[in-house]
Amino acid sequence: MKLLFTTTSALCLLASAAAAEGTLSVYHWFEYMPQELVDKFTAETGIAVTIDTYDSNEAMLASLKAGKLGQYDVAVPADFMVAIMGASGMLDTFTAEEMTNIANIAPQWLDVPFDQGRKSSIPYQWGSTSFAVNRDVYKGDISSLGIIFNPPDELKGKINVLDSQNEVLILGSLYLGIPQCSTDRDQLRALSEMLVNAKQHWASFGSDTAKDVMVSGDAAAGMIYNGFAAKARAEGANVEYSYPKEGHVLWMDNMVLLKDAPNRDNAIKFMNFLLEPENAAAVTNYAAYTSGVLGVEPFLDEAIRTSPENNPPADATPGVFAQVCDDETQALYDAIWINLKK
Amino acid sequence: MAGPATDSGSSAESTYRSARIPLLVPTWVMIGVFLVLPVALMAVYSFLTKEMRGGVIWEFSLAAYDQFFVNRGLFGDEPASLEWTYINVFARSIAQAGIATVLCLLIGFPTAWFIATRPPETRGVWLFLITVPYWVNLLIRTVSLRFLIRENGPLNDALMGAGVISQPLALINTDFAVQLGLFYSYLPFMVLPVYAAVERYNFTWSEAAADLYASRWVVLREIVLPIVKPGIIAGCLLVFIPSLGAFLAPNLLGGAKSFMIGSLIDEQFKKSLGNWPFGAAVSMILMSLVLILLLLYARSTARQERP
Repeated sequence: MKLLFTTTSALCLLASAAAAEGTLSVYHWFEYMPQELVDKFTAETGIAVTIDTYDSNEAMLASLKAGKLGQYDVAVPADFMVAIMGASGMLDTFTAEEMTNIANIAPQWLDVPFDQGRKSSIPYQWGSTSFAVNRDVYKGDISSLGIIFNPPDELKGKINVLDSQNEVLILGSLYLGIPQCSTDRDQLRALSEMLVNAKQHWASFGSDTAKDVMVSGDAAAGMIYNGFAAKARAEGANVEYSYPKEGHVLWMDNMVLLKDAPNRDNAIKFMNFLLEPENAAAVTNYAAYTSGVLGVEPFLDEAIRTSPENNPPADATPGVFAQVCDDETQALYDAIWINLKK
Repeated sequence: MAGPATDSGSSAESTYRSARIPLLVPTWVMIGVFLVLPVALMAVYSFLTKEMRGGVIWEFSLAAYDQFFVNRGLFGDEPASLEWTYINVFARSIAQAGIATVLCLLIGFPTAWFIATRPPETRGVWLFLITVPYWVNLLIRTVSLRFLIRENGPLNDALMGAGVISQPLALINTDFAVQLGLFYSYLPFMVLPVYAAVERYNFTWSEAAADLYASRWVVLREIVLPIVKPGIIAGCLLVFIPSLGAFLAPNLLGGAKSFMIGSLIDEQFKKSLGNWPFGAAVSMILMSLVLILLLLYARSTARQERP
């Protein structure tokens, strides 16, 4: 009897040791985490990582709302989506003691409006959205958003626009000098008319394909994320990314600790792991954006560190983050988007 | 019904009667779980209040149907009038699906005829060849088509190399590209039912008609078409209905510039609009349309089968 008891408890111990290493469920964008980095984490900690992917912030939110909350430990929403998820109670918080590498976060990314003092999220990558132009097709001035919204003849009918309401409407507002979340009727009508008028010059709407159409030549100009533009250039397209004088969109993707995370401790370990400069640099080298972590420079590829896409000229107009409009105002912007795509 | 067979308890009928419920359970479960439940859920959601950026509030509301049919201007305070936005989206989708169906019929019917008139032992090979491309995922086939017809793609290169055209054809991001994509995606759904109908056709009837001085055209119209008509209608439905809700071809080949029914619904759930009740309402309206179509089909076949 005693033997049986000892064996059983030994087996239990073994089982719990395995469980302590355990698993981690990550809900992440597609093509945004190098597999070698995941393998490195598993090798260091023994934690098996499973990753499910999504292709838009909204798809991720919808899926979590539809009952996936409690199945995933961490997700990677953009700035405004962190605010939305925080406001609807979908995020867990961690303490500074748990997040031992929190001091590695670059100071300007610590007290962000969407997560004051970083209680639920850590920076993943940040970047900008504006547009890129194929310089073989168009050699003129590309310092204005007019390239997209009032294009020169060479580019008419050869423009790809992101299939993303936020980015299109914010860049359009910047072009017209209209504030975000405006409720001024004349401003909104002007925005709607300008976009409908510009649409006749656009060839396609596409976000996932934004880089491919520039590389293949299907589009000669396109709204694009800076990392995508860098990748297009690396793949041989003669494209130049613009920091337009009217401004550009800034965004930051953040890894958040989800509410009811089944493996909370492992999630914290993973977040600390990603705050190590070497690991943050590995993500940047893969995604070609910029990390919000201090001390990554020695680990960055030279081409990424010095790329024109990641280093706006000193006199560039600063970018703006997307604001979260109140429900009534958002409904107006939704209507403008539907009207544009009807 | 009554009689010695029932008493003996050994007849097939009574065996099945006692086992009736257990035998029907799988069907009920299938229909209940995979048909009634999702549709009921969709119907319920379409009458709920939307939560901004996805989700629903459990309060009854007609807002989704109101948004579909009633236009009150951008700011919602103009006098109500009929909303054409979504009706136009439906009309555009129906036109695209309709053209794709006609293309499928024009190519599919001769193909099916060709296969059905081969010697029986080689028909299997032909059918097999028809299905081979469809072992590849639909997404990959659609993207490949995109590569083929793009401005600097192989099709334009070949045509220009052969001197047929001097400027590349603007095929990509057009309505025609969408119709081509739908046609390519659903062609076997036309060929297979039409083949099944043509294969049963007794070709001696054509000879009999010809003996009676019927021209080829009359044979086709008066003899062949009425007999293979069920196959043609089935093929048309199988192509038309999935084409209506398709969004891969419109997005990848048409440039996603204008909503189709599929992308309109997609946008309500997966993208920024996040209006679940409206997405559910559009789905319900689409389903009602399809149901009406199927009922008309069922009535027409029922009429045919009556002596």
